[in-house]
Amino acid sequence: MSSPQSQMPQAAPTWQAAPGTSFPSGYTSPIPVVRTHLGNAIASEWTKIKSVRSTMWTLGVFVLLVIGIGTLTGVVVAESDPALDGESPLGLGFFGLLLGSMCIITLGVLTTASEYGTGMIRTTMVACPSRGRVLAAKGVVFFLVAFVVTLVSACLVAFLHVAMLEGDGAKSPTGGEWLKGTVGIAAYVALLGLLSLAVGSIIRHSAGAITIMIGAVLAPLVIALFMFSESLQGVRDALFEYSIPNQLSVFYSNSLSQSGPSGWDPLWIMLGATAVAFAAAFALLEKRDV
Amino acid sequence: MIEAVGLTKRYGDKTAVYNLSFQVRPGAVTGFLGPNGSGKSTTMRMILGLDNPTAGQVTIGGYPYRKLPNAARQVGALLDAKAVHGGRSARNHLLSLAQLSGIPARRVDEVLGVVGLQDVAKRRSKGFSLGMGQRLGIAAALLGDPQVLLFDEPVNGLDPEGILWVRNLMKALAAEGRTVFVSSHLMSEMALTADHLIVIGRGQLLADMSVTDFISANSADFARVRTPDTEPQQREKLSSALTEAGGHVLPEQDGALRVTGLPLPRISDIAHDADVRLWELSPHQASLEEAYMRMTQGAVDYRSTIDQKEGLQQPLPPGVQPPMPVPGQGQPGWYAPPPPQQGGQPFSMPPQGAPGPYGAAQGAPGPGTPNPYAQPVPQTPPAPQGAPQGQAPAPQPPQPSQPPATPTSDLTKPEDAR
Repeated sequence: MSSPQSQMPQAAPTWQAAPGTSFPSGYTSPIPVVRTHLGNAIASEWTKIKSVRSTMWTLGVFVLLVIGIGTLTGVVVAESDPALDGESPLGLGFFGLLLGSMCIITLGVLTTASEYGTGMIRTTMVACPSRGRVLAAKGVVFFLVAFVVTLVSACLVAFLHVAMLEGDGAKSPTGGEWLKGTVGIAAYVALLGLLSLAVGSIIRHSAGAITIMIGAVLAPLVIALFMFSESLQGVRDALFEYSIPNQLSVFYSNSLSQSGPSGWDPLWIMLGATAVAFAAAFALLEKRDV
Repeated sequence: MIEAVGLTKRYGDKTAVYNLSFQVRPGAVTGFLGPNGSGKSTTMRMILGLDNPTAGQVTIGGYPYRKLPNAARQVGALLDAKAVHGGRSARNHLLSLAQLSGIPARRVDEVLGVVGLQDVAKRRSKGFSLGMGQRLGIAAALLGDPQVLLFDEPVNGLDPEGILWVRNLMKALAAEGRTVFVSSHLMSEMALTADHLIVIGRGQLLADMSVTDFISANSADFARVRTPDTEPQQREKLSSALTEAGGHVLPEQDGALRVTGLPLPRISDIAHDADVRLWELSPHQASLEEAYMRMTQGAVDYRSTIDQKEGLQQPLPPGVQPPMPVPGQGQPGWYAPPPPQQGGQPFSMPPQGAPGPYGAAQGAPGPGTPNPYAQPVPQTPPAPQGAPQGQAPAPQPPQPSQPPATPTSDLTKPEDAR
């Protein structure tokens, strides 16, 4: 450290000065200090979610899948001869939404887990040590975004199908079916995303959390496929009935089985699962080191 | 004001920080020093409520961080330049933080200007250099115009202009009456920036004192005396005369003598009486870096070794000398003045008679490289205590506890300072 001597004369007086000025009583900022609340955190999370490309990508792919696959199924069904035998045409939106829900899962996980991946979480938690508030704000913002995007896509596809298949023997859906096929399914998919968000916050690793969530969607069906044994009949049926794809189809009243959840049941099931996951995420967030 | 009391953090069975108590006062820059892995960042994280202490507590202005009302308006922190989402633009990153703590959005543009990032505000921070990342982190710390500021290694990756800027920024912030707590392992930087030092090693407090006290408590002053190279007997003569007079003389690599225990005028007088000409008589004070290295020597977790490349090298052709390893920092024996464990190291000193690449002019490998231009007047009044750089004109009597004859005295030093 043979530093140039010229530094010395400059340095010495400056440090002498600081202790000499007798400790001031502190510094007061001219910017008014306001009390912060959940609204501040929501505004912040809204800025965050809209300012990264992954949001645009996942939601873009989601819309593309839902509308693209919806249009294709519509065209195929309209071409085939005995089109829909008095069935509601809304059910055709199922395939697109099932695939699209993967995008919502991804976005939900990324909303929380990517902050851990990048280290941004430390900056966030220093700026807002009320950790629960941050997670709640993320949940609110993500749910609204996912719900609105899913609702708009589902409605578009539903109108498309009804219009395409009008004269094809399809029955015209009732008001209740419309509600379930649009608002119901949108709420369900958005809740599935919210569950992923909570899982992302628990796992803190994007790839891990996405794998878990996709596994949760697909595994019950795959496992059930291999349960040939008669003694496992009950388990197999339960796995089929409560698997997420089957729950999705309940909203279109074309469930794979006659028993199991019906009506709005899947929504309550998903609500319960999400609530449990969120409770765990909140508890862990408060307890763990960031 | 940051106050830690008995702060302890364990990760499993590894204790990162143990029983750390200190205060960081407003109106001064407090440097936080320690070798890699000594617990600096862990302590910072506990101050900021990111990690929960295993025992003890740390408060800011009397509150634990997580209980502070609108913490971001009271405390600003730069923890890690990479703690941003790379896909977000600098402006959006700061905007989201501003919204989180109810800071008006125009403040974002202000701090972007302060750190000089206004031209790249719209660019995604993924493409930022390390220095730009640091500036963005500093911008985030300044965003809330807080009265307490923590910076973890703020000058990492900055260019010289940026380093100077950070240095002045810290001082300016402290001069406004804020509490500024800066961790660094760059001693030279701390010497120029900090007023007060908190030194930790292996998670424990080694020192908590002003920079000037730190240096005087942990280093010894010495005089370097050089007799004409052409007349070795003069060297012997002076050496014995000085020893007789009560000084302690240690020969250096290049033939100079390192003298402790005698003030410079006295050395000059003795030389005159002994009829010995002097080519050099210069005062030396250990720098902050030396003082720090000396203190933390026992507490370094990660120490480099030589790259042996054993079995990977071509055998040297006969008659060719193997290249001399360059003595590296961190080796005991590297620090002036008396090496505590001379000879105990595999290659602490190149053997005598094997001149280095610089031939006879090779200086002792210490920071106090012989300076032929050192102040010619030894009677210069002592500079303000604490000039940290070598060659401070401070012919103070060397500390009595530094006779080189007792090498252990150095090792006990850190204990004294605790």
